[in-house]
Amino acid sequence: MMGFWETLFGLGDKLTAHVVLSASAIGLGIVVALPLAVWASRSQNVARVALGFASLVQTIPALALLALFFPILLSLRAVFGEDLPTLGFLPALLALALYALLPVLRNAVTAQANLDPGVLEAADGVGMTPWQKLTLVEAPLSAPFIMAGIRTASVWTIGAATLSTTIGQPSLGDPIFAGLQTQNWNLVLAGCFASAGLALAVDLLLGVIERGLALRRRWQYGAGFGAVTLGILVAVTFQYGDALFAEERADGDPGPIVIGSKQFSESYILSQLIGSQLKKAGFEVEYRTGLGSGVLHGAVANSSVDISVDYTGTVWVNELRRTDIPPREEMFETIVAWERENTGTRVLGRLGFENAYAFAMRRDRAEELGGITTLHDLKPVASQMTVGGDPEFFERPEWFAVSEAYGLDFDEIRNFSPTFMFNALKAGEADAISAYSSDGRLSAKTYFLLEDPLGALPSYDAMLMLSPRIGGNQAVVAALQPLLGAINVEAMREANYAVDREDDRKVSPKRAAEELAEKIGL
Amino acid sequence: MIAQSMVGAEPIATGQLSQNTNSLLHFDAAERRYGTPGDTNGEVIAVDGVTCSVAKGSFVALVGASGSGKSTLLKMVNTLVEPSAGRVLFDGEDVTTLKQSQLRRRVGYVFQGIGLFPHFRVGENIAIGPRLTGEQLPAARIAKLLSLVELEPDMASRMPDELSGGQRQRVGVARALAGDPQLLLMDEPFGALDPITRDALGERVRELHEELGLTTVMVTHDMAEALLLADRVLVMDAGQLVADETPRGLLGGAGGEIAQGLVAVPRDQAEKLAAMEESIAAKAAEKAKERAKERARAKAAEEGRAP
Repeated sequence: MMGFWETLFGLGDKLTAHVVLSASAIGLGIVVALPLAVWASRSQNVARVALGFASLVQTIPALALLALFFPILLSLRAVFGEDLPTLGFLPALLALALYALLPVLRNAVTAQANLDPGVLEAADGVGMTPWQKLTLVEAPLSAPFIMAGIRTASVWTIGAATLSTTIGQPSLGDPIFAGLQTQNWNLVLAGCFASAGLALAVDLLLGVIERGLALRRRWQYGAGFGAVTLGILVAVTFQYGDALFAEERADGDPGPIVIGSKQFSESYILSQLIGSQLKKAGFEVEYRTGLGSGVLHGAVANSSVDISVDYTGTVWVNELRRTDIPPREEMFETIVAWERENTGTRVLGRLGFENAYAFAMRRDRAEELGGITTLHDLKPVASQMTVGGDPEFFERPEWFAVSEAYGLDFDEIRNFSPTFMFNALKAGEADAISAYSSDGRLSAKTYFLLEDPLGALPSYDAMLMLSPRIGGNQAVVAALQPLLGAINVEAMREANYAVDREDDRKVSPKRAAEELAEKIGL
Repeated sequence: MIAQSMVGAEPIATGQLSQNTNSLLHFDAAERRYGTPGDTNGEVIAVDGVTCSVAKGSFVALVGASGSGKSTLLKMVNTLVEPSAGRVLFDGEDVTTLKQSQLRRRVGYVFQGIGLFPHFRVGENIAIGPRLTGEQLPAARIAKLLSLVELEPDMASRMPDELSGGQRQRVGVARALAGDPQLLLMDEPFGALDPITRDALGERVRELHEELGLTTVMVTHDMAEALLLADRVLVMDAGQLVADETPRGLLGGAGGEIAQGLVAVPRDQAEKLAAMEESIAAKAAEKAKERAKERARAKAAEEGRAP
């Protein structure tokens, strides 16, 4: 496993992306807040409305605010056209700028309200125009307070920017989310350390500027502004320098191919596997990790992500909004056609395994209850059993389908967080739990999955999804072809387990992907 | 007695100011109302139709209780407050039609709260008026202005918060004089100062008024200050001019009830002080007498014992 320091120093590109995003958001926040503050200082009503709105925004959790911009931008496409990005930089910028608004606005308005009225009258009395009054008197006298607001906004924004990972914008949140999912604490620590370090450094620098402004030491705030500008310039150069100096792309070269993954180990492993296949074929590859499920589906449809792995059952329920459960092949074919017609996404094919909702039991407990092997066997003993699931599961169509199809009436239903599900089973807190069929822990000897002879549970075949941008690219398709039908559930479980296990044989998703590639003969 | 000596509105409205060739400032039924007109609760009449002229070279004190409208009237001159009705003429021209920056160059203003810009050095504060019209005041001129208000030239590089209250208001006066104004307006200029500083600065301002040939209008609530510095005292009450007298006239009992009420305050104080002084002197004299008697008695006794 990679060490902490090694991980930390490998975060350069995430750091530059984080700096560029945060600086843009704070900059936009300031550009909006300052004129608004000037307006507010001249009108009580504007002040009330502006501050009220900014405070309201602040009450929305940052994660939700970021996610909300996806539907907002999607609906704005009616106005700005289909090219309006709905994921990545733009929504992250807008959400974070809104978040940065309040502290700047509030401090600017308060500073203006507290200016000495005698000084303001003198400004009029010596013959200043409103603009001269603003620039010569109000702005310099408010500057230290406004700077304090900018400091607060900067610390908040740099912290909240880690959440932009979930809407497909690379940031220092990438290692944090990836690490949380794969329980790689070095990754989490490195991400937190880097973003906290950045926030502290910026706070310190802005503090120097603030004091310089308060003490009217020109060299001090000048040096501070210089340092901040330099930092942003360096980040921008690293981020966009390549693009600036890159040569024109040859016709047919799609440029970097963006691979998205959801927030669990299997998704990380598969994105690495896909990435290495494409790299072998000579493509440039970028990763967007830790995306929400719906967000990722939308991202592929609008080509802000080029390749993802999705699951038939997920798309069936979440995107097609269907509640019936057709046979496996029929479901897959319907989805392929639906995607082609509605989103333009190309479903290239299935990888060969399922990651379905299923029921898992401890082998010894199944023996005790009379040798249970299928869901059918549960019916006579269900009334003595406790079933556990994640909070979402008991609301999903899968649960209603299963309990109806097999006539199951459990003694007790308990909710557990996904992390503790197997612990509950192990400790006997639950006799059966909802599980994912490709879960790595099922390859251990202790647990097994109940069979579903009636086919009540929908299938969750892993599918390779290609964006409209890349779907027709023969070279990309050729590079991915070997993955189709190549991964069986045992191989996937093994790879998942290698990442999920908590002993010293735990590996990174990248390493697990390499082992998986070897195993399936790539 | 109010403004009776002044010209009526008619000749001014036709633009003929022949009667006023000597007047620099003329209020023509100037009025200032706040709030909704007609609303008896909400409408406040700060200045209620004031008509009067201020002659070139005069030092006029505008006196009245708080809320009498004297500050508002003063602010109408340099358009810090615009008249709701009527006009204010400066050198024959309606101030609202003059270019604001030019008007304020010709009219120096000393503020009640001093109003120095805390982020500017003293020199920059003094030079701000000319700077606004794109003119840079030479250091020698700033030094001269500082010396006019009896401050050292090296004060120019100090920040206002390094100065005492009296020094700051001296800078305020220097700033008002920076544009070589014809008219100097002062709104309670010495209100925040201690009595000794106040007297010294008041006298200095009066001297500058003479030296520079200024026309000065000073708002004050302190009748004693008005009587001592001005050569004409206007008394305001509830937005109206109720007296227009010389200090001599006011002390002689002219000006009516309100004016005399204001004059009575310093006069009573002065009389009480004088009475106190008298009684102290009388007591001292009595004591001296008694002591002399005692001495005489003692002397007599001594002499008596002696053979």
